Amino acid sequence: MAALWWAVILSGAYHGLNPGMGWPLAVSAALMERKAVAMPKALLLLTTGHLLAMIAILLPFSLMIWLIEREYEIRLIASFIVIGMGIYLLINSKHPRYLARIHPAKLGLWSFLSAIAHGAALMLVPIYLGICQIAEDNGSTENSGHLAAQNLMSNDLFTALGVSLVHTVSMGLAGAFLAILVYFWLGLKFISQAWFNLDKIWACSLILVGAFGLYFNGTH
Amino acid sequence: MNKPMKPDPTFHASPILAMRAPVENFAFTIMLGKDTSHHDGLAVIDLRKDSKTYGEIVHQVIAPTIGDEFHHFGWNACSSSLSPLSGHAFLERRYLIVPGIRSSRIYIFDVKDPLKAKIHKVIEPEEVFEKTGYSRPHTIHCGPEGIYVSTLGGSGEDGTDSPPGIFIMDCETFDIIGIYELDRGEQDKHYDFWWNLPQNYMVSSEWGLPPQFENGVVPEDLVGGKYGHKIHFWDLRARKNIQTIDLGENYQMALEIRPAHDPTKSYGFCGAVADNTNLQGAVFTWWRDEDGKWQAKKTIAIDPRPEDPEDLPEIIKGFGAVPVLITDIDLSLDDKYLYVACWGIGEMHQYDVSDPFNPVLAGKVELGGIAKETKHPNGKDFVYGPQMVEVSRDGKRVYWTNSLYSTWDDQFYPHQEGGQMVMANVGENGGLTIDPDFYVNFPENMRAHQIRLEGGDCSTDSFCYPSV
Repeated sequence: MAALWWAVILSGAYHGLNPGMGWPLAVSAALMERKAVAMPKALLLLTTGHLLAMIAILLPFSLMIWLIEREYEIRLIASFIVIGMGIYLLINSKHPRYLARIHPAKLGLWSFLSAIAHGAALMLVPIYLGICQIAEDNGSTENSGHLAAQNLMSNDLFTALGVSLVHTVSMGLAGAFLAILVYFWLGLKFISQAWFNLDKIWACSLILVGAFGLYFNGTH
Repeated sequence: MNKPMKPDPTFHASPILAMRAPVENFAFTIMLGKDTSHHDGLAVIDLRKDSKTYGEIVHQVIAPTIGDEFHHFGWNACSSSLSPLSGHAFLERRYLIVPGIRSSRIYIFDVKDPLKAKIHKVIEPEEVFEKTGYSRPHTIHCGPEGIYVSTLGGSGEDGTDSPPGIFIMDCETFDIIGIYELDRGEQDKHYDFWWNLPQNYMVSSEWGLPPQFENGVVPEDLVGGKYGHKIHFWDLRARKNIQTIDLGENYQMALEIRPAHDPTKSYGFCGAVADNTNLQGAVFTWWRDEDGKWQAKKTIAIDPRPEDPEDLPEIIKGFGAVPVLITDIDLSLDDKYLYVACWGIGEMHQYDVSDPFNPVLAGKVELGGIAKETKHPNGKDFVYGPQMVEVSRDGKRVYWTNSLYSTWDDQFYPHQEGGQMVMANVGENGGLTIDPDFYVNFPENMRAHQIRLEGGDCSTDSFCYPSV
């Protein structure tokens, strides 16, 4: 269980450190407005967008487990979706053009759509479903019957929000760390120097997480 | 396409970082066949000071077609890729997109290894017509949605059946995606365009429609104020014309748009070729005021030179003076110096535009010119006048060539033929001196047009972070 929560935190840091998820925009905002206070504002918009993307993807899954009660199949399908997204991104490195049409001041909207388009939110699904499963396994020894199902539903919902929040806080802190470092000490040169092409690694991360989901499903 | 692991080293977050980057090693200059029976091409010129072939054409790529009229061109990717918003951080600055404004054919040159530059892809005119309804492609800028291409003509045989505009190409496959405008407002002519990416505005200008330039300048249209004299302001990402400013009907041909490079600034310049009331050349400063409205006012006016009509070409004999003809302007990366090419009177001016509303003449050289024909300091001819100008990233070297447009060259300089590229050095505190040792004479029957510097220059790169 703890390992899965660590995965939530680490994936947040991974997303936050990736310049493609937006921290350079926070530096740019502070420099454009010539005041440092614009940076936390921009970071807040970016993380809010990211959080909403997480919730938008995880919430339907939490409802599905409750409504359909075929968790095994749902987890199987979810894993295949995540793997499929990874393979798609591996083959198609094109950046969706609609992201380029968003007004540069609408950072929250950009962050939201970007996290959806690049599968950032999807990456959390197998981890989230794993947490739900373990919670259920632990719970089933204590509870039984109708009451347990109700509890599980609200538990899954809270877990979805918890996973989204913990992931996004970690993402926001990691992004803020780099943004502050670049703004105050390292300078803009760091952006081109430290930006690594994560496209392939990112796609592989999705496949890996999806594969974990399949493995987990087989063992629980 | 396998992409590199790190951003292209020629991408710079801010203008100041681009200025501090290593200097240019090569120039890519358009070679324009002197008429439609000659091929156009791309010349690669060695700019490495310690090289044995410094200042020579070290490689040429000749187009297999004729009648293209290569004119302006640009890169597939530039410093704008360093914004996460663009999603293109790992493109290479590798391809030059070179449109033919006469044929509407577009060549893509691969210049990854400048000495082995080659043709990568050719887009046939029919594809441009079918997918866009535009013709006569011109200015190239890489931006948020891909590669933006301005056109001078619309549909139909002479390009006047519908208005010209901008279309977008995929920045990796170079497939034409479609037209840019969702609402063009009163824009009905086109020439140049550029933008400020973080502030999300674009500015475009107007030359004239194809019948007004393809067979030479039409004097009645010039005198009658029929050439373009408006500039248009756009919401870049919403693709909407938000405001049009008429510079005044007498300011004929509003050409180059040069926004300040520092994205915190909301102003720029536009050159107007000729004032048809007095033959002056004019430069306008445009800016956004406190209410968010765009404004423009004339900040530079250059007087024509009186001349004995006997010495003048037919086209301007009646005026008894040589018109200034501001055909190109270029702004250094620190937004300090604006270079103004006076193609008619044969002068290159350098203005200190630290205060963009009060430009101060800081340097000036004379070269070529109608009825003047000032020679290069090395004693050789410089045909026509100073035209396409490009400034090195560090702002210390200014390069220029001399052809304007084949049929116009022949009208204004009927007894001349050739192509040269020269360079001037910029002094510590401004001032301009022609370098006597840099003089590229183009091959026979080839004229010289726009210059691009390896790794980017002052009219290609858009920056998403301020200079601090």
